[in-house]
Amino acid sequence: MHGRPRRLAKPVDEEAASAKAAKLRDLQVQVLQNHHSRTYTKEAIGLSFKLLEINPEAYTAWNYRKLAFQHNVKELSDPEAIRSAVDDELRVVEVALRQNPKSYGAWYHRKWLLNQKLTPVDSEREFGLLDKLLKVDARNFHGWNYRRFLARFMGVPDEEELKYTMDKIGDNFSNYSAWHNRSILLSNLLIQQSKGFESKQKVFSEEFELVTQALFTDPSDQSGWFYHLWLLAQTSTPDKPQLIASWPCNGAKLSSSFIKEKVDQNTLSSIWCHSLKERTVPIVLYFNEPVKGLNQSSVKLKSYLEFGKDIHWRALSMTDSGYSNCWATYLQIANECSSSQQYSVEVSILCSEDIVSRSGSNYDSPVHFTFTIELISDSQDIDLFDKPVAWSCSESLQSYGNCEPIPFDLLTITSALIEEESNWHFERLSEQIDLFRELPDDNSKFVKLTLARLLLACAAMKSCGRSLIERKRYCDEALGHLSDLIHLDPSHKQYYEDERSSVLMDKLTCDMETFMKHCSVQVQPNSVPLNHVQLRGLSLTCVGFAERLMWVQVLDLSHNSVRSVEGLEALQQLVSLNISNNQISSFTALEPLTKIMFLKVLDLSFNEIGAHPIDTTRYICSSPFSHKIEACEAFEQCQKKNFNVEEYWDALLFFKSLKLKQLDIEGNAIASKENFRTLVMELIPSLKWFDGECVN
Amino acid sequence: MAEDQAHDYPTIEPTSFDVVICGTGLPESVLAAACAAAGKTVLHIDPNPFYGSLYSSVPLPSLPSFLSPDPSSVPLVPSGDDSHTVVDLHRRNIYSEVEIWGAAPEPRRFTVDMVGPRVLYCRDEAVDLLLRSGGSHHVEFKSVDGGSSLLYWEGQLYPVPDSRQAIFKNTTLNRTEKTFLFKLFKLVMAHIAAADEDGEGEASDKISNEDLDLPFIEYLKKHELPPKMIAGVVYAIAMADYDQNTDCCEKLLTTREGIKTIALYSSSTGRFANAPGAFIYPMYGHGELPQAFCRCAAVKGALYVLRMPVSALLMDEERKTCLGARLTSGQDILCQQLILDPSYKVPILDAPSDGSDSNLLRKVARGICIISKSVKQDSSILLIVFPPKSLEEQQTAAIRVLQLSSNLAVCPPGMFMVYLSTPCADTSTGKQSIKKAIDALFAPQASDSLEGHLEETSKNNEDLKPAVIWSCVYVQEIMEGTASSFLSCPTPDELLDYRSILDSSKKVLHCMLHFLLNVPASKVLPQEIFSCR
Repeated sequence: MHGRPRRLAKPVDEEAASAKAAKLRDLQVQVLQNHHSRTYTKEAIGLSFKLLEINPEAYTAWNYRKLAFQHNVKELSDPEAIRSAVDDELRVVEVALRQNPKSYGAWYHRKWLLNQKLTPVDSEREFGLLDKLLKVDARNFHGWNYRRFLARFMGVPDEEELKYTMDKIGDNFSNYSAWHNRSILLSNLLIQQSKGFESKQKVFSEEFELVTQALFTDPSDQSGWFYHLWLLAQTSTPDKPQLIASWPCNGAKLSSSFIKEKVDQNTLSSIWCHSLKERTVPIVLYFNEPVKGLNQSSVKLKSYLEFGKDIHWRALSMTDSGYSNCWATYLQIANECSSSQQYSVEVSILCSEDIVSRSGSNYDSPVHFTFTIELISDSQDIDLFDKPVAWSCSESLQSYGNCEPIPFDLLTITSALIEEESNWHFERLSEQIDLFRELPDDNSKFVKLTLARLLLACAAMKSCGRSLIERKRYCDEALGHLSDLIHLDPSHKQYYEDERSSVLMDKLTCDMETFMKHCSVQVQPNSVPLNHVQLRGLSLTCVGFAERLMWVQVLDLSHNSVRSVEGLEALQQLVSLNISNNQISSFTALEPLTKIMFLKVLDLSFNEIGAHPIDTTRYICSSPFSHKIEACEAFEQCQKKNFNVEEYWDALLFFKSLKLKQLDIEGNAIASKENFRTLVMELIPSLKWFDGECVN
Repeated sequence: MAEDQAHDYPTIEPTSFDVVICGTGLPESVLAAACAAAGKTVLHIDPNPFYGSLYSSVPLPSLPSFLSPDPSSVPLVPSGDDSHTVVDLHRRNIYSEVEIWGAAPEPRRFTVDMVGPRVLYCRDEAVDLLLRSGGSHHVEFKSVDGGSSLLYWEGQLYPVPDSRQAIFKNTTLNRTEKTFLFKLFKLVMAHIAAADEDGEGEASDKISNEDLDLPFIEYLKKHELPPKMIAGVVYAIAMADYDQNTDCCEKLLTTREGIKTIALYSSSTGRFANAPGAFIYPMYGHGELPQAFCRCAAVKGALYVLRMPVSALLMDEERKTCLGARLTSGQDILCQQLILDPSYKVPILDAPSDGSDSNLLRKVARGICIISKSVKQDSSILLIVFPPKSLEEQQTAAIRVLQLSSNLAVCPPGMFMVYLSTPCADTSTGKQSIKKAIDALFAPQASDSLEGHLEETSKNNEDLKPAVIWSCVYVQEIMEGTASSFLSCPTPDELLDYRSILDSSKKVLHCMLHFLLNVPASKVLPQEIFSCR
C-alpha cells in the first residue's frame, strides 16, 4: 500500500478510461436528475449504486441515497423489511469500499446508517469488515476512524481497543494510525482513572519502554518517533495550564509621568507607562500553554479605579479555535484626576471551569497579584517624537543616561513551574537522553531532534538558582544537535533555525546576570527613561520566550535573520521596535505587531519586503479566512484613491491598524515602488518621521 | 522354498524398459517422475513393502528393524539366461550405532522420519518441483510457524529474530543490539533486492564483491554484532554446519553463500498465504514426498512394483555397460539406464571403490525423542540450533533440533516428536553431541517415575524441562550420487532442506538425459521436462 512507485498509464488504458469516463458522466447525469426530481424508485436507486460502484467519491450520490433511504424506510413497518433495507445499504458501502477503501463518502454513509439506529448493529460484521480492511492496509486511517466510532458506538472498553493497537503494532510497528489510536485511548483511560491506569507515571514508563524498542530496531522509521514525541509532551508539560507571567507584575507601580526625583539613590519608584497618557492600562496574562475562556468571571479585577464595566479579554496570539498563550485586556480609566492619586488594582485568576487548555484540563492554581497606578493630572506632556528616535549601535548600553539601575526587581522573570512530581519527569527525561545518546545511528535526524527536544524539556525544568547553570548546559548541548541538523537535513533548515533561535533567547534571558548585559534604561534628552533591550546581531530567526520581555518598551532586534515576529504581540508596553536588517519578507509576517496598541516607532529598513512575490489570491478571493470585513472598507477607500489594492493589500492591512509616529522602510524592494510612500502616509496620518524625514 | 518365493513375486511384463529404477527414495522418485514425464518407459521397483526407501517415514514399531535389518542377504537366484555377465548385488546398511531407549505409549500412532530434522523452504526448489510436476496434489503441508528459531547459548535458549518485527518484539536483545542487527538486515535485504534483476533495488545497494568473498562470520563481525547474534545469524538463519571460528574450518561460509540462504529464507516467508513462516513440513511425515513424485510418475505411465529387490546387475562382457537387472524373482529386465538407490552395494572390480573406507565417509548423527511437553511454552513446532562449542569444547558442528507436534499427524495429541542431527567425522563424537543436546534440552531420563512426580509438584511446573519418554540415537553414512555404468542416487544428507539432494539428483538426471536423448547435458534443464507435461 505504501512506498510503491506510481506507474504511468499505458496508452491502451486510455481508451478504456475514456469509455469509462463517458459511462460515468452518463450515470452521473441520470443520478442527478433523479436527485432533483426526488425519484426514489428501485431503478433510480440502482443507478446510484452503479455510479458509486465505479466512483465511490460521488458524494451527491451518497446524499441522494440517504434521502432515498429515509423516504423509503418510512413506508416500511415490517422489521424484517427494514433490516433488509439497512442491509442493502451496508452492502453498497462495502462494494464501494472494495473500489476505494479510503472513500470519505462511503465511510460516512456507513456511520450515518448506524446512527439511524433502525436495526441492532451486527458487531461481528462491522469488526469483521475492519479486520479485513486493516489486514490489507493496516494504516488506513479511515478504517481506524471508523473503528473508534464503532468502539464508542458499541461501548467496547478502551482497554480492549488498546490491546488491539498492540496487536497491530506487533504485526508492523510502522503504523502511525495504531500509535495514534494508542495515544487517544491512553489519554482517555488516564482521565477516567480506569483500573490499571491509575498511575500516569507507570503507564508512561511502560510506553517509553515499548516505543524505544521500535525506535532502536529501526531508527529511520518515523511512526515511532511521532509517538515518542507525544510521550515527551505528556512528560514534560504539567497536566494543568499555569500562569507563568503577567504585566504588570505583582507589586508594580505604573505612572503616567516620569518622576524626576528618586525615592532613593538606586531605585526608580515607578515605571513610566506610556499608555496611561491615553488613559489606558493593558493587562497581559501569559500561560504555559494555549488556553481559552478568560472572561469577567474567570478573572476578577478589584480596584477603586473607575473603568468600564465591560472587561473584554482578547487572545493576542491567536491560534486555531480561540486558544492562546497570551491574553490581554485594556482598562479604560474613567477617573477624573484632579490631583496625583494612587490606585491599586487587584487581579485574581480563580480556579475556573471556564479556563481550559486544548487537552480539556481546567485551570486550577489560583493566582492573585496587585499593582498600583499613579495618575498625575498635571503631568508634563513629553513629546517623545520631537526628534526621530535614533538607534544606538554602541556596545555599552550603560552609557545612556544616569539612572543606571533598572527596576528589574519589578520585572520578575518566571518560568513554567513543573509540579511536585517533577522528579519522576526529570528522571524519565534523563533516562531517555542517556538512551538516545547510546543509539548507534549517528546520522539519524530523528535521534538528534529527539535528543534536542529532550534536552530542552530538561532545561525547562531547571528554572531557578544554581540549576540555571545546568539549564545552560542542556541548552548548549541542544544547540549542538540543532546545528548538526541544519546540515544533516537542509530541507527543514528553517525549522531548526527557529528552534535554535528560541534556545538562544532562552540562554540570554533565563538568568538576570546574562540578561542584564542586554538591558538598559534609555534616557534621551527631553524624554522619559525607557526599558530598553538590545538583541542585535545574534542570528535570531524568531522570537522566543516573549513572556520574559513583556516589560520592554524599546526593543532592538536589528541585524539578525528574523523572519517572523510572532510572540512580540505579548509586549504590550513596546513603544519602539527596530527590526532593520533582517529577513522579513512580507507585511503579513508582521501581523502580530498590529496587536501592540501603543507602538510608535518601527524600523523595518533593509528587510526583504516586496522582494518575493506574495500571494495575491488572498485578496482576490475574499474568503472569511483571509481577512476581516473592516478590511474590505479600507480596501474600498483606497480603491477610490486609485491605489493598486491588489498589489498593496497586505501593506494596507498592516498599516491601517498601526498608529505610528516614525517609520523606516528604506532598503526594502517595496519602498521603491510607485505610490507606496503616498499610500503609507495616507494610511498612517499620525506619521511624523518617515525614513528620517519629517513628513508632518 | 525357492519356488515358493518365486511364486510370490509377480512376473513383470514387458521385460524391457527405457529406465529401471530401484528404490523409491526422494531422488529416485523425482527421477522416475522426470523420466515418465519425458515419455520414457519406466519400471520403478522397491525391495520394501512401502515407499520412500531411505527417505521414508516408518511407524515407530518398525524403526528397530529398519535401522538394523536382518543380516540375511538377498537369496541368490539361480542364473537363468546367461547371455550377460551377471554381477551380484548386496544391500548395505548405512545406519550404525543404533541405541533405543524407553517405550512410547501407543507406538503405532507415531511416525518417524528417516531424514529428520528436515523442513522445506517455501521458496525451495523441492516446492517448485512439486508444484510443476503436480506432485503438490498428493501431499499436504503445514507451516512451521512457531515464531523464530531458538539458539542455545550459554545454557539458555534465545529466540533468533528473523525480521524487523521479530527484532522489535525480541526481549533478549538490548536496544543497541537491535539497531545493529536491523542495520545488517537492511543491508542484506537491499543487496538481495538489487541483486534480483526484476527488483526495484538500486545497484548501489549491492554489497561489494570484496565483502561477498569474505567469510560470512568476518562480515558480521565488521558490523559490530556481538557473538551471540553472530551465532544466531550464522547457524540458525544461514544454517552453517561447522564451526566458522576456526582457521581450518571444513566448510567456511562466505558472505555470498550466507546471503543466498538468507535470501531464500526471506523470500520464503509469505510465499503462501496460509504459511506465515519460511518453512513448511509435509503432513504425515517426509515419507509423503517420494510417494507424491511416484504418483506423478505412475500417472505418466511408470510401472510400480514393491517388495521386489534386485539381486544382480546384467552387464556386457567388458563389464562396462549395464544392460539390465536381475530381480529376486529371477526375472531379467533389460533397460537402457539403471538407477539404484544408495543401499545397493555393487562389487564391481574395475570401478573405483566408492568409499569402503568408512573413515573417509561423511556421517551424520541423528537422534529422535518423544516428549509430552513442548520445549517452549505456547509453541508446538520449533527449530532449535546448538552452535558449535555451545555444549562442549569438542563439539565441532552445529546441532539442529526440530520439534513437531500432533497437528502434523506424526504423533498422538499431547505428544511431541523431536529430531536432532549433527554432521560428524566419527561416530562416537557425533553420538556424544546428540546425547549432550538431549541432556541440555530435556530432563534426565527419570528412572523412577515416583521421584519425578514428587519433584514436579515441588517445583514450578513450567520451569521443568520436558522428560524424554522414548529416544533413539544412531549414525548414518552419507553418500553422494554417482554415475558409472549405472547411476546411483544420494542418501539423505546432514542438511535441513533438500537443496543439496536435489542438486545431486539433477546431476544424475543430466547424465541420464545425455545418454537417453543424446543431447548435451548442459542444454537440458530438468525443469523443462516438468514444465512440458
